[in-house]
Amino acid sequence: MDKVNQKDLILYSGLIILGLAAPFLFPGFKVQLTILCVLIVLAMTWNLQGGEMGYNTFGNILFYGLGMYLTASVQVGMFFPLAEWTESGGEKTFVHTTSQYFQGMGVGLLVAALVPTIIAGAIGYAILGLRGHYFAICTLGLGIAAGEIAGGIEIIGAGQGFTTPPFPKDIVDPGARGDFFYFLSFVLLIGTFVFIKWIYGSRFKLILNAIRDNEDKAEAMGIQTMKYKIVGWMVSAFFAGLAGGIMGGLIGYIDSTDVAFDGREMGVFMVLMAILGGKGTLWGPVIGATLFHFLKEGFWTLILGWQYVALGVLIVVIVIYFPEGLMGWLREKYPERFGEVIDEKDRKAQVELK
Amino acid sequence: MVQASLDGILLGILFALIAYGMALQWGVMNIINIAQGDLVILGGYIAYTMYLAGIHPAWGVIVSPIIMFFVGWALYKLVINKVVDRDLFISILATFGIAIIFQQLMNFIFGADVVVAQSEYGTTMLFDNSVTLPNSKIFSAVVSILYAIALVIYMKKSRLGRAIRATAQNARAAKILGVDTEKVYAATFGINAALCGIAGALIAITLTLHPYVGLPYTVRSFMIVIVAGLGNLPAVAISGMGLGLFEEFADYILGTEFRIGAVFMLLVFILVYRRFKLSKKREYLK
Repeated sequence: MDKVNQKDLILYSGLIILGLAAPFLFPGFKVQLTILCVLIVLAMTWNLQGGEMGYNTFGNILFYGLGMYLTASVQVGMFFPLAEWTESGGEKTFVHTTSQYFQGMGVGLLVAALVPTIIAGAIGYAILGLRGHYFAICTLGLGIAAGEIAGGIEIIGAGQGFTTPPFPKDIVDPGARGDFFYFLSFVLLIGTFVFIKWIYGSRFKLILNAIRDNEDKAEAMGIQTMKYKIVGWMVSAFFAGLAGGIMGGLIGYIDSTDVAFDGREMGVFMVLMAILGGKGTLWGPVIGATLFHFLKEGFWTLILGWQYVALGVLIVVIVIYFPEGLMGWLREKYPERFGEVIDEKDRKAQVELK
Repeated sequence: MVQASLDGILLGILFALIAYGMALQWGVMNIINIAQGDLVILGGYIAYTMYLAGIHPAWGVIVSPIIMFFVGWALYKLVINKVVDRDLFISILATFGIAIIFQQLMNFIFGADVVVAQSEYGTTMLFDNSVTLPNSKIFSAVVSILYAIALVIYMKKSRLGRAIRATAQNARAAKILGVDTEKVYAATFGINAALCGIAGALIAITLTLHPYVGLPYTVRSFMIVIVAGLGNLPAVAISGMGLGLFEEFADYILGTEFRIGAVFMLLVFILVYRRFKLSKKREYLK
């Protein structure tokens, strides 16, 4: 990490300029671009567990949903009684002023980042002691239980949902709302990417890989695996909580099982995106999420009503025929690009064997 | 209280039947089937279709497993045979995809309403009319037990049953000794689907059906299997009844809106409890 490669510099500055210009180039797709940023963040944080650590979690949706509810609750609760807000369905009786809205959002996002992180740390010791498929099923249970329980709590709207505060009406510019959420999510995306890139250059990533490859041996080598697993999960929870908070504000309406703890959509999407792009790589989840989002937005409207069938088929096909993902496939095809040295003799011998 | 206990035990027998199917495929093929619950619901809709066509839905307990056996067989040939012998997470994700497809197709065909097939068996009143016991629940418990006994005998005595047990013990050795493991796997998955079909038909009579309630059944059966272990039928039956009791009491004490939440939390607690118990011996759940 000492010297930044010339090529990398061009790539990153190009991507950042593209990201900054995107809402002005495609003003009609601002919401889609915001969702894309959030999806990439979710895929990258999932990759930290599923790809690097080998702990295939369905539970990161828990932090996402928590972040969503926390941001909205704090934003409302700081200025108005929360119970009356949810009962009246929001808008009619209470109106946030501009400064209240942004103050509430800021504090809300802070809470949405910290509380899930603390919760991940607290339950991490118990949950991360499970391995393999037990961990997967346990986190699946956690995510769904959270949705069911949130759907029974009156103060956050229970079954009928929670309307998040509307964007202040004082700001007349019609594009302001879209810009605000887009740049918020773009900043989050850059923050996540920089942080995870830093992890990729650190010893921490090697330890996570050691846990994935053989946890018992890693432990025998004197690595306190549990500590690192919990820290890894807390990192994911931090960013997933923020992503949830932004999405809650963007969508404007929180439902317990269809928006927040949406294991059937978002919970599966993040796994699928990471696998599609290639888990265990830095760029895989980014590419996977982008590709997935384009596929989804492009074809979703064409196959109206059949989306979930298509999604199911996509999952089955990707998992069975394409488990290495795009990056894995590229790596197989062009190993030199990935810095792998291949012995010519070895390759010839393999060809002859075939 | 008596009401909740009786309901719980009768419900638990039904859960045990689904869990036995789960244990069978897990033990023999080493896959975890997330679509288990959706197979159950599909079986239920078969009975419901018969009810709509004017046939008494109780016949579903015979027709539904036959149809579901072939559904399971087809599913094995299409998808499942590619996930056997691979990482368990792949089977979890692949069957999750199947579950989504099933849910949506059932939603198209049968609609998103909650439906029930009326058996018109009436109810029995017990203890001076303080406890109501629908006869359909007694019927479902009796049918479940009969099918379970039949299955155990079949697994012990028949040629295919022996082949299945041999494959479960050591697939490679069984293959060397001339067992067509591919066929055994397909049959196992078919039998599992048939068990789901029976359970589904019984659920159509005693409870309600809805395209999206499959996953709780999967989780219940998974839970029963990890408590009871693979291939231990008495333990499966007892823990099934225990789960049924837990659910009815959770419903009674916490309220119906937290019922499913309680089931999923129980799963988390059981797994965490077992993890702490094993970690004292420096082991983990395998």
